[in-house]
Amino acid sequence: MPYLPTSVPGPKIDDVNAPFWEHCRAQRLTFQQCAGCSHLIHPPLPVCPRCQSVERQWREAPYTALVFSFVWVHTAAHDSVVAALPYNVVLVEFPALAGVRLVSNVVNVSPGQLAIGDRLTLLWEEGDGGQWLPRFRKEAPT
Amino acid sequence: MAAAPARARACIAGIGQTEYRRWGGFSDRNEFQLACEAIASAARDAGLRLDQIDGLSCFADTSIDASLMQLALGIPELKVSASVWGGRGGGPCGALSLAASAVESGQARHVAVFRSLCQGQSRRYGKFYPQRMHSDMVGPYGLFSAAQGLAMVAQRYRHDYGFTDAQLAAIPLMFRANAQRNPRAVTYGRPLTLEKYLASKWVVDPFRVYDCCLETDGACAMIVTTRERARDLPRKPVEIIAALQGSDADWGTGAMGSHNMPGDSYTSGGQRQLAKRLFETAQLTPADIDVMQVYDHFSAMLYMTLEDFGFCARGEAPAYVEAGHAAWPDGNTPINTHGGSLSEAYVHGLNHVLEGVRQLRGESTCQVAGARTCLVTGGSVISPSSAAILGV
Repeated sequence: MPYLPTSVPGPKIDDVNAPFWEHCRAQRLTFQQCAGCSHLIHPPLPVCPRCQSVERQWREAPYTALVFSFVWVHTAAHDSVVAALPYNVVLVEFPALAGVRLVSNVVNVSPGQLAIGDRLTLLWEEGDGGQWLPRFRKEAPT
Repeated sequence: MAAAPARARACIAGIGQTEYRRWGGFSDRNEFQLACEAIASAARDAGLRLDQIDGLSCFADTSIDASLMQLALGIPELKVSASVWGGRGGGPCGALSLAASAVESGQARHVAVFRSLCQGQSRRYGKFYPQRMHSDMVGPYGLFSAAQGLAMVAQRYRHDYGFTDAQLAAIPLMFRANAQRNPRAVTYGRPLTLEKYLASKWVVDPFRVYDCCLETDGACAMIVTTRERARDLPRKPVEIIAALQGSDADWGTGAMGSHNMPGDSYTSGGQRQLAKRLFETAQLTPADIDVMQVYDHFSAMLYMTLEDFGFCARGEAPAYVEAGHAAWPDGNTPINTHGGSLSEAYVHGLNHVLEGVRQLRGESTCQVAGARTCLVTGGSVISPSSAAILGV
C-alpha cells in the first residue's frame, strides 16, 4: 500500500515539467540543470534564472536526503486523503546537492516521529494513473 | 510617488463595504452585485456620485469584468482599468498603489479600489486547487492548500527560533479580542479563550483552526483621489504616504508551490526588500508607525511580517507579541484593530486598508489615540506582495 491512496490526483503534465515526471516513471529522481551555466532549478522552469538559457539538462538526485521541514495534515483538503489522516508532508534537502528542495512524504513514521534534520532514503511508490512518485523512508526510525 | 507635488499626492477620500458574512452567507446577491454595493457605499462616504468615478483598480485576479463594471456603475468614461498582476492576497496595497499613480499622474480623478470575494459562490480556498502554479510538485503528496504550505514555513521557523502553543495563541486571541468591539466582524459576539483555542481541532500542525483566516463572503472598496480634490469633499482625507508592490529575490511561488526560496529567506515573509523601500519612500522608520494592519492569512505569518518590516530582529517576534507590544490599546504598535482576517473577515486584506483609514479618521472601534500613521501590509510569503503607509 502506498503512503497516500492512488486516488490522490497526480501531477498535470506540461511541456516544462514533462521530463521530470518522465524520469520518475523510470524511477529516476532528477532535477533540471541549466545546460549553459549548470544552475540547478526546481521546480522546472522554461528559462534559466541565471543566464536565460532555454537549454536544459537533468541531473540525478542523491538517494539520501535530510528533513528541512514537515507538517502533519489533520484536516483533509481533498476527499482522497480522508482515510489517510493524519499524514505527513515533508520538505527535503540533499546535502550532496545544494540548492534544491523537494516536497514529498516519509512513509514509515507516525506523528511525533519526524524531526527536522532526520536522515531519509529515497524510495518509489505508485500514485494516480501508475505515475511513480519519489517518497522517503526515515533511517533507523524511533 | 514621493516626487508628486503635495496637492497632487493621493488620498483616500471614502470607504465602503457590504456586510461580511460567513462562507456561503449570501444567496440573494452575487460577487458582482456586492462589489457594486461596496463601491457605491465608498462613493457616498466620499460625497461623490458614481458617475464621477473614472478609474477602477483591483487585484487577486478578480472574476469581475471591467466593461460590465463600468456599465453597471454608469461610469461615463472609464479612464483607468487597473489590476495587480498575480500575487492574490499579496495585492491589496498594490491596487492602492495603482490607483494612487493614476490620480497623481492625472490619468484619472476618482479611482475606486475594490475587492469582492464570495468563496461560497465559487470555490473554497482551503481545498485542492489543481490550477495553482506548481501544484504538480506538491499535490501528489497531499499538500493542497495555503494552510498546509505555509505551515511548512511556520514549522521551520519554530525549529530555528522557537515558539510555544501559548505564544502562537496570543495572535488569534489578540485579534479576536479586538473583533469583540467591532460589529462588522463576523466573529463579533464570539470571544475566544486560550482553553478553547487549545481544545480546537488541528488543521495542519502547527496550525489549529483558530490560526487560519476566516472563510467569509463580502466586499469592500475605497475612493482614491488627489489631496487637492479631497479637500473639497466631506471626509477627512487620509494620505497615501507610500504604497508599493514588491517581492524578494528568487521567491517564485514560494511556500504556495515550490518551497525553493533562497535558504536565508525561507522563514521570512519575502517582504524584506519591499519593507526597506517602503520606509525609504515614506522617509519614516518603524518607530514612527502608530498602528498597523497586517495581512494575517495564518497566525504565525505575523512573526515574519514583524521581522521583515523591522519591528523586531530575526527570531524575536514570538516574544515581542507575547509581551503585548502588538495588542490594543496598550502595545507599542497595535495590530489588526478590526480583528483582521482571523476575526473580522477575509476579503484578501482590503478590509485592512479600510481599517487603516478608520484609525486615521479616529473612527476605529479599537481607536489608537492620536494615530497619525498606519502601516498596512499585503499577504506575506506570496509574490508579488505590497504594503502601504497611510497618514494624516
